Amino acid sequence: MLDKNGIAKRIAQELKDGMYVNLGIGIPTLVANYIPDGMRVVLQSENGLLGMGPFPFEGEEDADWINAGKQTVTAIKGASLFSSAESFAMIRGGHVHLTVLGAMEVSENGDIANWKIPGKMVKGMGGAMDLVASAKHIIVAMQHVNKAGESKLLPTCALPITGVKCVKRIVTELAVVDVTPQGFKLIERAPGVSVEHIVKSTAANLIVEGDIPEMAL
Amino acid sequence: MVAVVKNAEEAIQGIADNMTFMFGGFGLSGIPENCIKAVANSGVKGLTCISNNAGVDGFGLGFLLANRQIRKMISSYVGENAEFERQLLSGELEVDLIPQGTLAERLRAGGAGIPAFFTPAGYGTEVAEGKEVREYEGKMYLLESWLRADFAFVKAWKGDTAGNLIYRGTAQNFNPMMAAAGKITIAEVEHLVPAGELDPAQIHTPGIYVQRIFQGVDYEKRIEQRTVLPRN
Repeated sequence: MLDKNGIAKRIAQELKDGMYVNLGIGIPTLVANYIPDGMRVVLQSENGLLGMGPFPFEGEEDADWINAGKQTVTAIKGASLFSSAESFAMIRGGHVHLTVLGAMEVSENGDIANWKIPGKMVKGMGGAMDLVASAKHIIVAMQHVNKAGESKLLPTCALPITGVKCVKRIVTELAVVDVTPQGFKLIERAPGVSVEHIVKSTAANLIVEGDIPEMAL
Repeated sequence: MVAVVKNAEEAIQGIADNMTFMFGGFGLSGIPENCIKAVANSGVKGLTCISNNAGVDGFGLGFLLANRQIRKMISSYVGENAEFERQLLSGELEVDLIPQGTLAERLRAGGAGIPAFFTPAGYGTEVAEGKEVREYEGKMYLLESWLRADFAFVKAWKGDTAGNLIYRGTAQNFNPMMAAAGKITIAEVEHLVPAGELDPAQIHTPGIYVQRIFQGVDYEKRIEQRTVLPRN
């Protein structure tokens, strides 16, 4: 079973040289820590920064330099700054290759729910709806089951959805699961996790074909 | 043409109850601190406020919320404000939550004279309720309309006496689109310089969009999430 950093590390294996990537808040943010040395991956922050760098050194933090999570950040060499309209133009226009974001539920046809729980204070969708409606490739980073022990991989989402038929791949503490035209398909197991455990933790049908390899982390 | 004014109090002349205002900024970054305080002190109420976020308790638009001056908030994310939550749950405050990219483009459209446009964001979700849907090349899109305002309050790093603005870092965010979408746009800047001192090629917001400009004072520039690396 993986911890949050393990999930991030596995997702980092999806990165390719030359990619522009938008990382959501939470586990997705950790993916930045595992970009292989020498690989050119440029991070897009939807508040208007292409080429997001690490957090600043203590004392160098600046209120004019933040990321989409309102955290103080820096820029890498070759970065650019722009307005929110420009930022979402590059997102909707399909120029960002990969979006990694968290989710509360994903359905077997690729619908994602991650912005609203009925009966709880609604904080807003932020940029999530624009990102999931537009990115070429969407990977969800999340726990396989919620705190109540219920599966988050469902036949259909129970929560209000953020976008339809958009998720391509899910990485959880237990497994890598793809969304295929036939439904969820098991791709890899987390170290030490059995196929039975993953099937039992998945409320939707899970296609299991042949030997399922363990993740190589 | 732009008028150079002394301060925020002079700049906000003409604001009235029940108007629609835009406030630039993302979180607390790039917010028009001086104008927000002046609007709070003016006591105008029944406002519709368009801003990506709604400030925090005790700062930014939190001042207007505390005074109950806002009737309706149009935002994409309002997560950091307990007073906002209280007013929303008690029914004192209306909120219209909009996908962030749609908000940015509706503002851009407002300033650019485009009454409506199609966007994929929100298709198939509750955001789509009541909206025209159209298919283009196999993908579904929603019709969204422009946003305009009686007053737009924006914040820039540098400005000149011709109304030209330059932003700094990620504090640009929603400010340029709002500058264009306001009937009257008020720009507050950290450094106001004579026309001619800014490089015309570096201007983010041309002065044509700005009706009043002043140099702000006492900027707090609060940081919401101070994330730093230790030295060594």
